[in-house]
Amino acid sequence: MQIYLPIAEMSVDVFLLLGLGGAVGFLSGLFGVGGGFLMTPLLIFIGVPPPVAVGTEANQIVASSVSGMIAHWRRQGVDFKMGAVLLCGGLVGSTAGVFLFNYLRQVGQIDLVISLAYVFFLGTVGLLMLLESVRSAVRRKGGKRRKLHHHTWVHGLPFKMRFRRSKLYISALLPFAVGMAVGVLAAIMGVGGGFLMVPAMIYLIGMPTSVVIGTSLFQITFVTAYTTFLQATNNHTVDVFLALLLLLGGVIGAQIGSRAGSRLRGEELRGLLALMVLAVCGKLLFDLIATPDDLFSLAASRLGGHR
Amino acid sequence: MRRAGTGWRAAMLGLTVGLAAGLGAGLRPAAAETVIADLSKRLVAITTGFAGTDVLLFGAVEGKGEVVVVVKGPVGRLAVRRKARVAGIWINRKTMEFSNVPSFYSVSASAPLDKVVPKALARRAGIGARFLNVVLARRRGRGRASCSRALDADLAGKTTATLRRIAPFCEALIRNKRRSGLYLQGARVRFLPGRKLFRTTIRFPANVPVGTYSVLVYVVRGGQIVGSQTHPLRIDKTGVEAEVFDFAHRHAAFYGLIAVAIAAFAGWGAGQIFRRN
Repeated sequence: MQIYLPIAEMSVDVFLLLGLGGAVGFLSGLFGVGGGFLMTPLLIFIGVPPPVAVGTEANQIVASSVSGMIAHWRRQGVDFKMGAVLLCGGLVGSTAGVFLFNYLRQVGQIDLVISLAYVFFLGTVGLLMLLESVRSAVRRKGGKRRKLHHHTWVHGLPFKMRFRRSKLYISALLPFAVGMAVGVLAAIMGVGGGFLMVPAMIYLIGMPTSVVIGTSLFQITFVTAYTTFLQATNNHTVDVFLALLLLLGGVIGAQIGSRAGSRLRGEELRGLLALMVLAVCGKLLFDLIATPDDLFSLAASRLGGHR
Repeated sequence: MRRAGTGWRAAMLGLTVGLAAGLGAGLRPAAAETVIADLSKRLVAITTGFAGTDVLLFGAVEGKGEVVVVVKGPVGRLAVRRKARVAGIWINRKTMEFSNVPSFYSVSASAPLDKVVPKALARRAGIGARFLNVVLARRRGRGRASCSRALDADLAGKTTATLRRIAPFCEALIRNKRRSGLYLQGARVRFLPGRKLFRTTIRFPANVPVGTYSVLVYVVRGGQIVGSQTHPLRIDKTGVEAEVFDFAHRHAAFYGLIAVAIAAFAGWGAGQIFRRN
């Protein structure tokens, strides 16, 4: 059954979209990740224009992060003060990102930048995860604990703030910068940025793991909501029909996935996720390097084209 | 896919009677051969299940001659980009902007096109994708660099540097439009026995751009156009799709807020439903 997507301006099979939403939802439930970094490239692979894929995916992530955030909130897993600082950075970053996005689209390099950003981040994160899961599978349970608290140059920064729930007294500039970097990525890549923010919160800011996921979801919810709004007003690239269909499949898939996830071992899961991330990265890299069938392509005029 | 076709016979019959009456009453224009044609619909509506559509064109021609049908979408500007390899990856390096580019273009004829429309006529009347008056946009100085000149093999050796420079971009424009099914050779125009009545099917793909199209019907005899008629055809999004598209562009801020609200509500709802798992 075909459905015409009004903003993407193309006909797509409804069941393909529901299936995609379901499959990515299943994986995100299984691995506990947002899934934006898989969904956006998949949408591009099925022919959705990259700008629409990015704008719409931001909208879909609002939905998945809201339900996640509420669940963590009930378990006291959200540090609102830390979340607010991350969010301030995120709003600045995402504003810059949307304008950068608009500029890159005008000069015809947006597809390239989206692909390059994906190749870089998916490649790095995928490799790190693969190494980590292999190492922990080899090491079994032994191994040394890392030191709880390091003193580095980071602790010399000004604007110190006390974050009670995270049991930290650190410069607000640090979470602000982390939030900002994630905001830029949310706008350009159409991701929540959890895959980048969670490691940064643990290793760079030094937050306790119990509040990391909830706080990152808090930031992601509001940054993607804001990004959706900006993409809709500046670039007109948010397709609600597409978002709704993906969402429907995604919600159901995520529930099945999280149930299946409880039956698998942690390092096996991370190893599988790493392989999948690397596969998507490989496909994007191949498309950048392989000689295209036609060196020429058509694009809307930046002086204003049809319509 | 919706098909035109039912009822065309009845329409044709009515047309024939009307034509005969018209000719009989001496309403025939002075200079040209008369061609009368009509479309099975004047409005193509793009709705939820849109997967392309067919529009039937039927008509009658007085006198001898072959029929050529040209369907032309709204014209606008279009950028053509060329990729080049930089540090191992392919990136867009050169862009040329063209104006007066039809978003859709199809030609069909009652006999092989190159036989019916000789090159001189194609050039003069702009019939065929290679003879469209597509010009390089924003060009300073004298003269307009047009694709029809850049692609004209007869001008080889007499072309300017600009024309040589734009030629590969013009080729690419047509090639890419053909690949996406927007520039095409239409279904053949078929005469009914007696060579007075003719019909053809205009096929629009699912990705057809919206706007006001013109359907031009020519009667060609001996390499000259001896009669013609033009019909407008409107292709528009209708129903929910059109409203969503309009709303997203006209009230972008409100649309953005609604999109966020829907997503937040869906996420909250899903959390409630699956809370106890």
